[in-house]
Amino acid sequence: MLSKKQARAFFLGGTLVTFLIFIGLTVYSLSEGNDQSNKENLTASVVRGKEIWESNNCMGCHTLLGEGAYYAPELTKVIDRRGEGYVKAILMSPVPWQPNGRKMVAYGMSKNEAEDVVAFFKWIGKIDLNGFDRIVSPLAKKKINN
Amino acid sequence: MKYKSQKVAYWFFAFSMLLLILQITYGFVMGFARIGMDGLHEFIPFNTARAVHTNLLVVWLLSGFMGAAYYIIPEEAQNELVSVKLAYVQLISLAAVGVTAVIGYHFNYWEGRKFLEIPRPLDYLVVVNVLLFLGIILLTLFKGKRRTTTALVLSMGLLFAALLYLPGMIPFDSQVLDSFFRWWVVHLWVEGVWELIMGGILSFLLIKLTGVDREVIEKWLYVIVGLTFLSGVLGTGHHYYYIGVNKIWLIVGGIFSALEPLAFLAMALFAVNMYRKGEKKHPNKLALYWTLGAAIVSFIGAGLLGFAHTLPQTNLYTHGTLVTAMHGHLAFWGAYGMIVLAIISYSLPNLTGRKLYDSSRGRMAFWLANIGMIGMTVAFGVAGVAQVYLERKFGLDFMKVQKEISIHFVVLILCATIFTTGVILYIVDFYKHGTPTDEALESKE
Repeated sequence: MLSKKQARAFFLGGTLVTFLIFIGLTVYSLSEGNDQSNKENLTASVVRGKEIWESNNCMGCHTLLGEGAYYAPELTKVIDRRGEGYVKAILMSPVPWQPNGRKMVAYGMSKNEAEDVVAFFKWIGKIDLNGFDRIVSPLAKKKINN
Repeated sequence: MKYKSQKVAYWFFAFSMLLLILQITYGFVMGFARIGMDGLHEFIPFNTARAVHTNLLVVWLLSGFMGAAYYIIPEEAQNELVSVKLAYVQLISLAAVGVTAVIGYHFNYWEGRKFLEIPRPLDYLVVVNVLLFLGIILLTLFKGKRRTTTALVLSMGLLFAALLYLPGMIPFDSQVLDSFFRWWVVHLWVEGVWELIMGGILSFLLIKLTGVDREVIEKWLYVIVGLTFLSGVLGTGHHYYYIGVNKIWLIVGGIFSALEPLAFLAMALFAVNMYRKGEKKHPNKLALYWTLGAAIVSFIGAGLLGFAHTLPQTNLYTHGTLVTAMHGHLAFWGAYGMIVLAIISYSLPNLTGRKLYDSSRGRMAFWLANIGMIGMTVAFGVAGVAQVYLERKFGLDFMKVQKEISIHFVVLILCATIFTTGVILYIVDFYKHGTPTDEALESKE
């Protein structure tokens, strides 16, 4: 029968080994040759766009890379789907945008801010998502195929 | 209670109850918004309600864990807390940071990173607060007469939870890296070190409630937390399938996260077996309900429902849909909500001297809250599966699908009302116990 000492060794040993493997895999997957996060195209405008995305908690309604709140549409590939002009118009709108009755906060962004957010979305759209991009955005897929 | 300083736990629990009610209120704001009743949009838009709802969850659970530690550690270490005054300072500062953050969310003052919305300056205050808490707990333990496995596992969970908060504070320009390290906090908390805290509290409660030998219970505690880390650490990979990192995580995350239910299954079997084995029948039946309930519901919510969408082949379709909300609700309720309510139910009569052990109100609270939460989980599940098929299989537009599934949110609100009735009854019971008193010292358990 298992003793308390053996149980403790199982806990400590198992934790240490899996944690080391976890660190190893993190280093491996983020290393130069294996990186697929589109980091080479990270411009100042994209970074500004990300800041706007965060400071307004857009993820509190929308999802991006499948992460967010499921209340408003997924925005990965949104530019392919809707086009730049449409997205900018929403961001710059002074009154709440409410297609189909569900309201978005009226952010009334400047042209420059809206362009940064669009640059951010475009950058997101180029990340290699292991196939998720094709599932999450069937409309974009149709557009690409046509 | 055996030590005067344990009384401080009561106020952490009371703070928890207050936040729980607020959390539920914001949940209703979101539920109504989803069926088109968004009259509060101008003051509480959905993203504010969402941030408040999830952050209050984290804070009420943390406050519950802290209260649990302030109650359990003196008894396990056989020593008064090193400073009761500092413990109160810690509670007040925790409340101050929490209130500032929640008010800030209504004025666009946040970071917009799911679950970690607290703005960076307040993050530093959280760190100071948690350091103070850990200082009190660890020093009490260090100066104590004995060091039990239960106390060590609980303290270790709290210490690691504090350390793991730090990766979430590193700034990144890339959304991918931001997300990657955000999961170090969120996943390694809820599917890692929080389970140590849960295991520690569960073990303490089982020792007290069943009378089974401490050595036996603590041996199995090690096995359970061992299984947790063995599966949970590499199981982090299930968040990395589709966010822009290497395919290696599809394999590693798939295999190890599929093993995660084992830890919860072990926990449920362990609790039920210890209960059967125990010869001592503690009169505090309500505490027993919540304790066994936590072990069983966490297996269903965190273990089974987590497994339901953890394989990469399934997650490809369910990632970013309401299926996640289904799993999230029952998992948090079962694993963490119920264990906090269990330790409160156990400790309240001991702190206040009022032995309201088996009131019908208390039993109603347990059943209504659980039935309501299971109903909510089913509503989210049906909505989520319908969303997956309509949106991702048939390619319908997001909002068209939302209209189709809105009926499930009417069901959600009805079930949430049952759940809330249960929680309110629980809080009435809490209130009826009165406040802690020195007269309850050394009372028989």
